[in-house]
Order: sequence, then C-alpha cells, then structure tokens
Amino acid sequence: MPEIRIAQPQVQTEPNAKNGQPGAGSGAAEVSAIRGFLLARGNSAIADRGFHGLMVVCALSIFAIVVLIATELVMRSHLAWSQFGFRFFFSVFVDPDNNKPMYWDPVNGHFSALPFVYGTLVSSFLALLIAVPLAIGLAVFLTEMCPRILRTPLAFITELLAAIPSVIYGLWALFVLVPLLREHVNPWLVKLLGWTGLFNDDTPTGLGFLSAGVILAIMILPIISSLTREVMNAVPGSQREAVLALGATRWEMIRMGVLRNARIGIVGAIILGLGRALGETMAVTMVIGNTPQIQRSLLASGSSMASVIANEYAEASGDLHLSALTEIGLALFIVTIIVNALARLLVWAVTRGAPAQVH
Amino acid sequence: MRTGTDGLATGLAVLSTVLVVAPLVAIFVYLIYKGASSLSFAFFTQLPKPEGELGGGMANAILGSAVLLGIASLIGVPVGISGGIYLAEFGRGTKLANAVRFTADVLNGVPSIVMGIAVYALIVYRQKHFSALSGGVALGIMMIPTVTRTTEEMLLMVPHAVREAALALGVPNWRSVLSITVKTASPGIITGCMLAFARVAGETAPLIFTALGNSNWSANLNEPIAALPLQIYTYAISPYDDLHRLAWAGALVLIVLIVAAVSLVRFVASRGVLKGAS
Repeated sequence: MPEIRIAQPQVQTEPNAKNGQPGAGSGAAEVSAIRGFLLARGNSAIADRGFHGLMVVCALSIFAIVVLIATELVMRSHLAWSQFGFRFFFSVFVDPDNNKPMYWDPVNGHFSALPFVYGTLVSSFLALLIAVPLAIGLAVFLTEMCPRILRTPLAFITELLAAIPSVIYGLWALFVLVPLLREHVNPWLVKLLGWTGLFNDDTPTGLGFLSAGVILAIMILPIISSLTREVMNAVPGSQREAVLALGATRWEMIRMGVLRNARIGIVGAIILGLGRALGETMAVTMVIGNTPQIQRSLLASGSSMASVIANEYAEASGDLHLSALTEIGLALFIVTIIVNALARLLVWAVTRGAPAQVH
Repeated sequence: MRTGTDGLATGLAVLSTVLVVAPLVAIFVYLIYKGASSLSFAFFTQLPKPEGELGGGMANAILGSAVLLGIASLIGVPVGISGGIYLAEFGRGTKLANAVRFTADVLNGVPSIVMGIAVYALIVYRQKHFSALSGGVALGIMMIPTVTRTTEEMLLMVPHAVREAALALGVPNWRSVLSITVKTASPGIITGCMLAFARVAGETAPLIFTALGNSNWSANLNEPIAALPLQIYTYAISPYDDLHRLAWAGALVLIVLIVAAVSLVRFVASRGVLKGAS
C-alpha cells in the first residue's frame, strides 16, 4: 500500500507529469497493441524509450564483458600462439644434461603447458571423486530424509561453505589440512596402496595433488549439493507417492522415483562443480606445491593452470613468458565457458522443461 | 534384505552429511580460535611491520579493500541492477533476455583469475603500471552477473497488480519501474548487492596482478594498493609465524563480514521480501 501512496503525489506535483497519457495497460510482460500505441504517443515516449534503451545497454554489457575478455586474451597470447601453436599443450623438452623431461623454463625459453594441464585435470578429478558421493548423499539427506527442524540450519551451513573465500580455504588447508595429511594420512596411504605407484612419498611435505584435491572437494561440495537439491525438488511429489504406493522402501523410492528422474540435472550439477574446480586458484596455489612436473604419485607436488598464472604473472620475465601465461588463461577461459554452458543447459533441462527455451 | 539396503542408504546419507559439516565446523572453530587470539586494536590501526619484526597490523589493507570495493560497487551495482531491470521488466520471455540470463550464469563460472588477466591486458598493460583502479575494475566486472541475476529474481516476485496500479494512475513507465517496482523489491535487491559485495570482498586471484599490494598507506587510484585477501595470501605463504598470526586475524575479519552478509540475505529472504506490497 505505501508504494501507491508515494506514487500519487508525484503525478500531481509534477507540472509536466504525463497525465495526458491514459492508463498504460498492464505489466511489461503483456505489451498489447493498444499499449504500444499509447506509449508511442504519450509525452513520456522519449523518457520511456531512453530508459528502456539504457537498461538494454546495461544488459548487453554482459555480452560485452565476454567479448572483451576473449579479445584481450587472444590479442595478448598471440605471440605464444604464433611461436608454438597447438604444440604448446603437448610438447616435452628433454634436458641434455640429465635426460630428464623439462616443461617450463622461462629463463631458457622453454614453454609447455603440459604439466599444468595435467595438474589441473588430476586435482579436479580427485576433487570430483571425493565430492560427488558426499554431495549426492547430503542432497538426498536434506531433501528426502532430514527432519524439518534440521533442514534450514543444514542448508544454511552448506550455503556458508559456498561463501567462504578461497584464500581462507587455502589458509586453513596450508596450516591444518596439509600437516594432517602429512602426519597421519599419507604414511598410511603409502603403506597400504604404495604398490599401485600412485602413492609414493619421496619428499613428505604434504603439499601436492592430493591436498589440492581434498581442499577442492570441500570447496565444490556446496555447489554440487545445492544444485542437486534443486533438481531433486523439481521432481514432482506424485512421482514419490506412486513409487511408495507400490510398496517400495524409502531408498527404493529415492533411487527409482527421484534420482532416476533427476539424473540429467545431477550430471549438470557435477559438471558445474568440475568447472569451479578447474578454475579454482588461490587454495590450489597454496597447497599444490608449485613445481612444473608430471609425477605419477598423487602425493608429489605439481602445479595447475591457474596456480602458475597466479605465481608468475606479476613478475613474468619477458613478453613471451607473459604471452604463454595468457595463453594458459585463454585455454582456461574457453574450457570453463564450455563446461559451464553445458552444465547450465543440463540443469535447465530438468528444472524448467526444454533447455534454454524458457517460457 | 530390502529394509537392510534402505537402512544402509540412510546411514550413508547421514554419514556424508556429517562429513560435509565436519570441515566447515573445523574451519570455523580454528579460524575463531586462531583469529581471535591474534586480533588486537593494533590490527585495525597500524601498518604492517617490516618482515621479521613483531606486531603491526593491516590497517592499510582494510583501507585498500574499502577503496577497491568502492570502485567495484560503482561499476557493478548500477550496471547489474539495470541489467536485472531489463530482464525482469522489459525482456521477459524474449530471446535476448534468455541469452543475457544464460551468459550471466556462464560468466559467473569463469575463474576470477581469467578476469584478472583480461583486466591486466586492458588496463595495466596499457598504463604500464599496477593500479588500484584496475583491481577495482576487475572486481566490479565480477559483480555484474551476480547483481543482475539477483535483481531479476527479486523483481519477478513483485506482483503484477502493483505495476498495473501505478500505470493506471498515469505514471510513465520508467517512473513506475524505478519508484514502484524497484522500490518494492529494494530490500531484496540491496541484500543481493551485499551478497555480490561479500563475494568479491574475498577475491584474491584477480588482484594479484592488478592491485598488486602495497605495504604503505595508499588510496591513490593510480598506484598499487593493499587489499585484505591479498595480504592474507602473502602472509600465509611467508615463513614468519608472526605474519601467519596476522593472516588468521585478517581471515577472521573477512569471514565475519561475509557471514554477516549471507545471514542478512537469508533473513530478508525468509521474512518475505515484499511485505509492503501485498
């Protein structure tokens, strides 16, 4: 009510208030022919058009940002691209002195993004491996099993988990998680699973792919679980009732009635989590060890695409170095755009009917 | 057998919930424990001491963060709100609006470090020096998609009758949008802006090579400037225990700011954004 009272004096006190314009129809959604006619003739036509135009420009700025990022990255990475081409992501140099592979040596002009691509992929997939079962379990618990009193606080807690800045995750990982893994978990992993070759710990610092994967898992959990919750809530209640009426237990109802119907959306949520993990910078930079190498062991230190940019960009040693780092950034940009677009389409497919066509 | 599976599944779901809540509790307890013991009056008033010396604070970083967030809000809030108004009031159901909404969601997922590189190329590379301005621009650009989407969602909650009432009184459309629809949804829009604000307040990656950091007082837009998350990062990876303490204190200040913003959003959302309208 108060809003309408505010509106009235404005109309009266303004001498050039657009009183000549008889009622302008209903909400903006239903632009009728009559309304269009009146809008085009009223005194406010210019102001209205100007306002509409301004809003459109602001909305279009989102496209402008994407185009801007893309052009700047392409322009600044041109040097590295013309020098290395696609080889940039695959090539391996061999150090003539000790016959070891050498990937990234800005001083001598060796640039290969291979170890960073490897580090990003390994840490992200480790994170997914840990986070996905937990996130789905949490979502199932919150939507289907949780007592009503617990639901709101738990949802709030997961929301908080999503709001913690990555530098604080990094700080915590560096001083709590890494020592914990180093002292208690890693020796145990080496003893039990050392034979696979995935868990060799020559220099037990605790920094490495595993630490990065664990902290990434904690960071992407809330995103995956909140989106999974959203798609599970979108499954109609009658679906659940129907399965239960056939004599299914609660778990069978969840498996057949809910998860099966929501699976496309859940895949979307997982892919969205992957997108987050691929581009996550600070926490990974602080715990991955920052050595440009490819090691089979998950306990070895490595480096990721985002972490090498964070570490070296501000003091890059020359144009080619800067350009190579920018090219890694461009690759990250393209991959995250594709991954995010795919994930959004999948989630929309479940929550709103047909993908991208919302009506 | 089937009941057994059911029980097992329930147990696993409960277990995973506990495993998710555990790290969060661990982070908060540790943060409060470490941060509160290092937080002092000097933290808010003093400059950082040279490496190796005890004491000092992060006053310059707090000022720097305030400057950076000020620039960011100047860019992100008006553009974001206008974009949201377009989506909710003018573009409902059109192809363009759907494309904008989709791009905003996708842009939200672009890593912040990529944003940093783009702004570096756009401003720092051309000016040949690091600056507070470039850091603020990077954060501002990151705010736009979030603010746009929350504004749109809040405006969509305003009932049609309110708009119709305004238009029936002969109020021009732009005026009706600004002083009726947006005003009605303003508590929601403000909290949405605070959420975006809290999100970029903790961003570090785009600042590393735009704002760069500074160990002295500076509010000059053309010079490198300190920022709270950046300082936390630098101190955390330094080898000095005293700096680690400051990093924890800084993290506590940051997290209090962010938790306050998130709780406020929850509170307003649960109370119903549009009490006055109905």
